[in-house]
Amino acid sequence: MTVISEQLSTTTLLRFATAGSVDDGKSTLVGRLLHDSKSVLTDQLEAVEHASRSRGQEAPDLALLTDGLRAEREQGITIDVAYRYFATPRRRFILADTPGHVQYTRNMVTGASTAELAVVLVDARNGVVEQTRRHAAVAALLRVPHAVLAVNKMDLVDYAEPVFAAIAEEFTAYAASLGVPEITAIPISALAGDNVVEPSAHMDWYGGPTVLEHLETVPVSHDLTACHARFPVQYVIRPQTAEHPDYRGYAGQIAAGAFRVGEAVTVLPSGRTSTVTAIDALGDSVDIAWAPQSVTIRLADDIDISRGDLIAPTDDAPAVTQDVEATVCHVADEPLTVGQRVLLKHTTRTVKAIVKDIPSRLTLDDLSQHPAPGRLVANDIGRVVVRTAEPLALDAYADSRRTGSFLLIDPADGTTLTAGMAGASFAAAADPQATATAAEDAEWDF
Amino acid sequence: MTTVATVSEGTGNPYALSHLDSLESEAVHIFREVAGEFERPVILFSGGKDSIVMLHLALKAFAPAPVPFTLLHVDTGHNFPEVLEYRDRTVARHGLRLHVASVQEYIDAGKLRERPDGTRNPLQTVPLTEAIQQHRFDAVFGGGRRDEEKARAKERVFSLRDEFSQWDPRRQRPELWQLYNGRHAPGEHVRVFPISNWTELDVWQYIAREGIELPEIYFAHDREVFNRSGMWLTAGDWGGPKEGERVETRQVRYRTVGDMSCTGAVDSDATTLDAVITEIAASRLTERGATRADDKMSEAAMEDRKREGYF
Repeated sequence: MTVISEQLSTTTLLRFATAGSVDDGKSTLVGRLLHDSKSVLTDQLEAVEHASRSRGQEAPDLALLTDGLRAEREQGITIDVAYRYFATPRRRFILADTPGHVQYTRNMVTGASTAELAVVLVDARNGVVEQTRRHAAVAALLRVPHAVLAVNKMDLVDYAEPVFAAIAEEFTAYAASLGVPEITAIPISALAGDNVVEPSAHMDWYGGPTVLEHLETVPVSHDLTACHARFPVQYVIRPQTAEHPDYRGYAGQIAAGAFRVGEAVTVLPSGRTSTVTAIDALGDSVDIAWAPQSVTIRLADDIDISRGDLIAPTDDAPAVTQDVEATVCHVADEPLTVGQRVLLKHTTRTVKAIVKDIPSRLTLDDLSQHPAPGRLVANDIGRVVVRTAEPLALDAYADSRRTGSFLLIDPADGTTLTAGMAGASFAAAADPQATATAAEDAEWDF
Repeated sequence: MTTVATVSEGTGNPYALSHLDSLESEAVHIFREVAGEFERPVILFSGGKDSIVMLHLALKAFAPAPVPFTLLHVDTGHNFPEVLEYRDRTVARHGLRLHVASVQEYIDAGKLRERPDGTRNPLQTVPLTEAIQQHRFDAVFGGGRRDEEKARAKERVFSLRDEFSQWDPRRQRPELWQLYNGRHAPGEHVRVFPISNWTELDVWQYIAREGIELPEIYFAHDREVFNRSGMWLTAGDWGGPKEGERVETRQVRYRTVGDMSCTGAVDSDATTLDAVITEIAASRLTERGATRADDKMSEAAMEDRKREGYF
């Protein structure tokens, strides 16, 4: 291969999400990142310039690059998550550009659910506002591993260090109280291009990375030895052909940790045990495979395993339960109520369930708890207790975003009702400060 | 102040997957989810590079068992002969079953009327949606990518369509984590986009890495073309050139494969995969902006077609 294709195929992938209020300059930041990394191509820019002109705007409106729906362009706001793609020689990026309005909290949850990093944007003139706290809280709830505070519009505060330092300190203290382990604060001007892609000539006092430099270097994979290995079975591969009369493989994507040939494993919820005899990694036979590789695992014993089962190391298997306590974000227009019959989708398993209790609802603005609300409406975040018809091998979301997350689904029409995160979170206690202390000690990486 | 984190080089980690491995793993996961949850899935297969990559991913996802899906091609009647030949050869080689929905048959039967501009891309919607209803397909894989177009950037991986195959962007299900919700009522179906998160360059790099064969029109070759509205179109029975349009032989290649009446060729001397990748990495035009007339019709052309049932 030539140098260029070799370099391109060894880069890693970072998924990140941006969050910010309407006028914080989020679209400008996204536009700047895309533009300065040369990811906006001529015809896209021409289309934006043409559309901007026909709307009577003088400068090209970079928000039109991401606002892809007719309704969004008409209203000038972002309604739904848009995914953008760009690359540098060091890394490729998938950006979930999420709306800032409070009524679109569910869309920020959607964007943050797969993100490894969240950029929270703040206007340097306004500092940390309610919306900032809301975004930080969502990122913390979803356990996005890395957070960036981008203090924007530094050009409008004379590039003054004390302004930045005060905002960074306030945000860091708040985010730490939510259990966010690592915050990188960067002073920027998205409009002027300071510290977005190029280092700023106006802020000698800042010695950290630019936004892009940080995105390029932040680690994307985690220490596998610290993770509980989990393999939800998606599909059983049985060719039953002359060539492969006895092949029986369990196909799936490793949700967490690593699996090795020779390892003793337990299948849940049945509890049967066996040994890994082979791992087929999409054509290669390998000795070890790890998250998030899609593989096919073969076992020594011919035991009954089907879609929805979970394979885990025998010495590190999760408990099974029919009682799920979780923090949820309600994403449907129809409310979720106590006593409601739902379907619960967890990894590759979908089971019947009933909402036993809704102990509390959280106000994101001040993290206050409202006990026993009886129901959750669209964009509400709250605690829910669910009883399932069959046992689930469910981890705490704090241990694994993949095996600790679930959906509640309306059995009548299939609507996705609620996004759930099993186990404790800062939304569980009456006093958020009290849980935060406990959360700080907990293992954050997964 | 400790607000600036110290970070190590991400690439030094032995357990970091390359971006192509991450994308491949995600796409395979999506194929297997559909195999596990649906009764009658089908892969839209046109012989274009995106559907070729999809078929390759499906072959890997279920190996050593065969792909548990049939294929469907909506033939506009103006397809490139080289591509149809490739399509039939590939289907035969893998022992697959192919359904063809023919736009020409719809026109001949008087069920569709030729458009004044001669482009048949928008005419595909009716044969496509009727084929889905007729065969009762409940999951339909498409090779759509979010980087192609701004309306596609809003598309979910699992996209629920009503009994008329309509897409309603305001009523999409939120899609969280990797928990794809494919539940649907009888008559409804789900469009599934396993390579949503791939870019044009990813597709080409993957083709190079995996050594996937492509129809030859993707590589530079001498071809008789004529210029219409700034695009180099292949001369042929489909309706070109018209009076005043002059045919000339140019060295060109195609970046996308679609209906001959609206898919333009680009000047190129890229005869190998490496040369194509180098050319795309340096290109300042998107693949659709460069070569697709149907997307230039209006700012919301793609959104409007998708609402009607197009991919």
